[in-house]
This record gives sequence, structure tokens and C-alpha cells, in this order.
Amino acid sequence: MWDTIFPYLLSGISVGGQYALIAIGYTMVYGILRLINFAHGDVFMVAGIIMVYIAASGLPVWISVLLVLIITALVGFVIERVAYKPLRTAPRMSVMISAIGVSYTLQNLVLYITGGLNKQYPAIPVISDSVKIGSATTKVVTIVTPVLVILLVVGLVMLINRTKIGMAMRAVSKDFETAQLMGIKINSVISTTFVIGSFLAGVGSVLYFTNYPTVIQTSGAMPGLKAFVAAVFGGIGSIPGAVIGAFIIGIMENLIKGLDVILFKAGAISRPLGLAIFSDAFTFALLIIILVVKPTGLFGEKTTDKV
Amino acid sequence: MKKIAMIVLALILALSCAAMAVAEDLPVVKIGVFEPASGDSGAGGKQETLGVQYANRVAPTVKVGDTEYKVELVMADNGSSADKAPSAAQKLVSENVSIVLGSYGSGVSIAGSEYFKNANIPAIGLTCTNPQVTAGNSHYFRVCFLDPFQGTVLANYAFKELGAKTAYCLGEAGNDYDQGLIKFFQEAFTGLGGMVYTDSFQTNNSDFTSFLSNAQMYGADLIFCPVSIAYSTQIVSQAASQGISIPVLGGDTLDSNVVAAAAKGTSIDLIVTTFYQEGANAEFDNGFKAWLAEDAEALTNNGGNDMIAGVTCMGYDGYMTALAALQAAGSIDSAAVMAALPAVEIDGVSGHIAFDETGDAIRTSAFVKKANNETGDWEFVAEQTVE
Repeated sequence: MWDTIFPYLLSGISVGGQYALIAIGYTMVYGILRLINFAHGDVFMVAGIIMVYIAASGLPVWISVLLVLIITALVGFVIERVAYKPLRTAPRMSVMISAIGVSYTLQNLVLYITGGLNKQYPAIPVISDSVKIGSATTKVVTIVTPVLVILLVVGLVMLINRTKIGMAMRAVSKDFETAQLMGIKINSVISTTFVIGSFLAGVGSVLYFTNYPTVIQTSGAMPGLKAFVAAVFGGIGSIPGAVIGAFIIGIMENLIKGLDVILFKAGAISRPLGLAIFSDAFTFALLIIILVVKPTGLFGEKTTDKV
Repeated sequence: MKKIAMIVLALILALSCAAMAVAEDLPVVKIGVFEPASGDSGAGGKQETLGVQYANRVAPTVKVGDTEYKVELVMADNGSSADKAPSAAQKLVSENVSIVLGSYGSGVSIAGSEYFKNANIPAIGLTCTNPQVTAGNSHYFRVCFLDPFQGTVLANYAFKELGAKTAYCLGEAGNDYDQGLIKFFQEAFTGLGGMVYTDSFQTNNSDFTSFLSNAQMYGADLIFCPVSIAYSTQIVSQAASQGISIPVLGGDTLDSNVVAAAAKGTSIDLIVTTFYQEGANAEFDNGFKAWLAEDAEALTNNGGNDMIAGVTCMGYDGYMTALAALQAAGSIDSAAVMAALPAVEIDGVSGHIAFDETGDAIRTSAFVKKANNETGDWEFVAEQTVE
């Protein structure tokens, strides 16, 4: 039984970790700006495309990865400055529509550059190699992902709780205007948030595309959507919530893809029922159920209306 | 200053009008190219379009009746998706094309079909192999073989040549081509005494690891995945990293150098059926390669090297069939072309082309190819015939 479930669990933990890195970006931006940054999944995709082109230029892989992370962080910074900052005093809906605009701009820009064809993601030494664990063979990146995610999250939580900029972030997220009155430079705080979120999306893209090595302009849509569901599931605004939500979604989705086999091997069904097709439906049904039962998510902050 | 600018502008306008007049010496007949240039099947669609473009270079004009016409290709990108196909089809209709070629992918062909039908424009399917494309339609013809035939060829090959007893089939949900071919494969394979397990994945899925685990858990002897190029490259490379040693089989969509390149450096046995094997017609091969050598954009569209895909050959044959139909009709009126099409016969690069009463080309053989794991090239295995 364990041998049957193990490969699916492994796939789930790996993809869950990659969703987690994207979900953190959603949740941090929401925490501070109360904005759902719809362009975040596309930033993730752009990171993948940048890697394809940088690696093709012949630079050593480790320098390419470093460059990709820096450029992705820069992309996040520029998007915030160009598309969101001028709308700081506008109604929140305008910023959200601006985010949708950025999302489509990025997708169509990539469509124009790549000609709409799939790009093969370069193989990164060590983490692209195959390794055998128990009953499953997989890439090294599958094992690296959860470890790296945990390290990054611990680092991020330390940054938020122990440093000056972290304190400023917490203050801004508590009360935007008061923080401003207390002398916090909100623009630099917001920029830092976008830089961190985009950087993590860049890390996520390196791990994700190493596992599933083709990139196209729509590559960011599904992972982005699922990471968003994960952020809502865990309680949007909460970093540990987003990470746990992402792992749960990744694991459940892969278990459902293998549910036929698991039930078949356990003798519960005599022939496959074709349940694998419901894996995405499950993810989004979960979102609806969570919103109905616990609107604030697993670890969501309680909102008290200020009168 | 303003005056000078005005004069210059007027001059440019006059000159460009004159230039156009020279170029349009001959009357023009328009042929619509209904192919995906973006999306999951973009790579395949571009290779098929290359065949049409090459044919257009070889035969840029056609004599219809007593008049010599210049053939103009009108491109419409159907985006590989059934919901974008209608607007691409409408574009061709509004351009008043005499005949339509395409598409790569049966789903988009079916989605565009009714617009051509309503406008009385005939269409020639190049590599859309699903029976539904032509069934019950008097306006849709096709130059390639069909899925019931292809599925049977593959099932026979898998069962008899590879000795497989259990097959795992994987297709995209809602894709007429994938699901149709899997159904025909399944019927033939179980008919021979084999066992088939089937799964479907959602559009835009890129994580196939769990599906590949399913194949292993079922104890399958082979994986049959007649999916778009975008998915098949993912499946091949993920199967390789998961240490899967059973063969991967595919239909004509997998016959692309992009997919063969994904199998390069792995130990995956990748086997496909296709329309044409490079080397069968030296004149076509050499001419096409010479064109790729001088046109960098064409080379990029062919996937960066000059291997010839089966779909390119079908694009060429389709164009030549369209010209033969225009000549037979003796008119560029689309209704006349449609009336003339059933009787058209040509000797194409891929073999003799004649239509049966449904409008399908009569074909009895398919080529089986295998990817070379060292070079990333396709190698000829067998010509498979089914009575």
C-alpha cells in the first residue's frame, strides 16, 4: 500500500513546494496592499523564459540562475513602480484591474518574443539528475524543493520578525496611514515586498521548470491560479498558511491523479473509473468549500471592523 | 517646410501605388491556410504551413481556364484551440478565399468546418485524421489517412511487433484527436487480446509524473500518448527522468523533430506512425532543404534543423491538390472548385491521392518511425499496411 502511494506523495510534495513559493508572493502583497496581484503567476512564467534565453547565451548555469533571480526581482519592482504606485490613492478595484492588465501584457509580450512556441528549459546540473528513492525514481529537485522552501520560509519569517524593514512591513500591514504618519517610507516597504515576492517566484520557477521542462506564455496561469487558491486556503495574508495550503493542494491533486490506481490496487474497485480528470476540479471545489465554511482560511487573521 | 513634407508624402504614396500595380500584374486567386501558429500545436502547424509555403514557391501561379492566376496564401492562426478557430475561419471567409487548406489538429478543423460550409468554400484537411472532420460533410476533403486506420496500425504494431499485452493510454480531455485515436487503438488492441488502461489530463497540464506513475503501477508494457507536441515533449522527458523503460507510442502529431530531440540522450523507445519518410522522394527533400538553407525564418519554424516532418509533406501535397482542383473547376469560384474536387486525382509526394465518397483520400499504408536516442533523429522502421 505504501509503495503504491509513495510516488504520488513525492510528486505532490515537490509541486506543493513550488506552489508555496508562488503563494508567498500573493499573500505578502495582499497582507500589505490588500491587493491580489494577478500578474504574479506571469512573473513566474517570465522568470522561466528569461532563464531559457540567458542559458542559450552560453553563460555558466549557476551565473544564469543568479541572473534570473536578480532580473525577476527587478521585474517585480518595475511592475509595482509603473502599474501600481501611480494608483496608490485610487480605489482598490482600479489597482486590481491594472494587475490584470499587467498579466496580459506580460503574456502577450512573451507570445511575441517566442512566437507562441514551447521553449525547452535548460537542464541544471545536479538537480536535473534522476535519483531512486524507495519505490520511485525522480529528479533530485523533488527532494531539494521542500527543504529549500522550509529554509526560505524560516528566513523570511526571521526577516519579518527580527529586522527593521520587517517591523515596518508589519506596521504597514496593520495600518497603512498610521504607519505613514509614524515616518515609515511606505513606498520602499512596498517595493521590498514586491522584490521579495518576485525573487521567491523566481526560485519557484527554477525548481518548477526543472521538473516540467517546457515554458510557454500560458505556463504561469495554472500554477499561479493554484498558488492563489493555496494562499486563500491557508488564509490570505498569512505566510505559514500559504505554505501549508500549497503543500496540501499539491499532495491532494497528485493523490487524485493516482486515486484510480490506489483504489484498484487496494481492491476497492474492479476497474479504473477515470478519476484523474477531477484533480483540477478538486482544487477549485476546495476553494469554494473553504470560502463557505471558513472565509478567513486556515490561519487567516480575524478582521474586526473599525467603526 | 510643411509644403515639402506634403509633396514628399504625395510622392511616396504615388510611388507605392505604382509599385503595387506592377506586382499585381496577374489576377489573384486566394488560398486560405487555416493552421495553428501558436498554442500547443503551434510547432506542428508551422511545419505544416512550411509545406504549403514551399509548394507556393514551387508553383506560384496556376492556369485556370485560359487565365494565369497568381496564388496568394492567406494565413489564419487558429491558435490550436477550438474557441479561437471560429474567428480564424471567419477571417478566411471574409477574405473570399477559393479553397481552404488545414488544419493541423482535428478539433480545430471541426470547429472551423461550419463557417466554410455556410460560405460554400471547400476545405482540404491536411493532417486532421479524425473521421468526424469529413463525415457527413460535402465540403471537407482530406489528403491523409484516418484514425481508425492509424489506431489499428499502431495496435497491431504494439501487440505483434513489440509483444505488448498491457497498454496505458493518455490523452488530453476534450481533444477530439487524442480521444478518437485512443478509442480506435483501444478497440483494435483489446480485439487482439490485450488490456488497456486509459487516463485523461486537463488542458495546460504540465505535471505528468503521477500519470507516468499510474502506467508503472498498472504494469503497462507501453504508453500510448497521441497528444500535441507540447505535451509529448513533456511526457517523454518526464518519463526519462522517472526511469521508465517501456516504449512510448504516438500518432502522427508526435512526428516532429522537436519530439525526437526530447528523446535524445535518454533511453526512451519513442515510436510513431506518420505520413511520409524522409528519403522517399529525393527531389522534394532536396528542394525543401535548399529553401530552409536560404530562409532563416523558415528554418526557425521547422524547429531549427532541416529534418522533414510528415506534416510538411502533407502541406505540399494539399497545396498541389488545391491547384489541381482549381484547374479542374476552370474557375476560381469556390462553389465550382467544390464541385470539381471529388474527381481530382494527383500523384503526390506522399503517394497517389484520390478521394472516396466521404471525401477522404484512399490510403492503405502508414510509415512507422523510431527516434534515435543518440542523434535525436527519426529512423525508418517499417511500412505498415492494414487490409
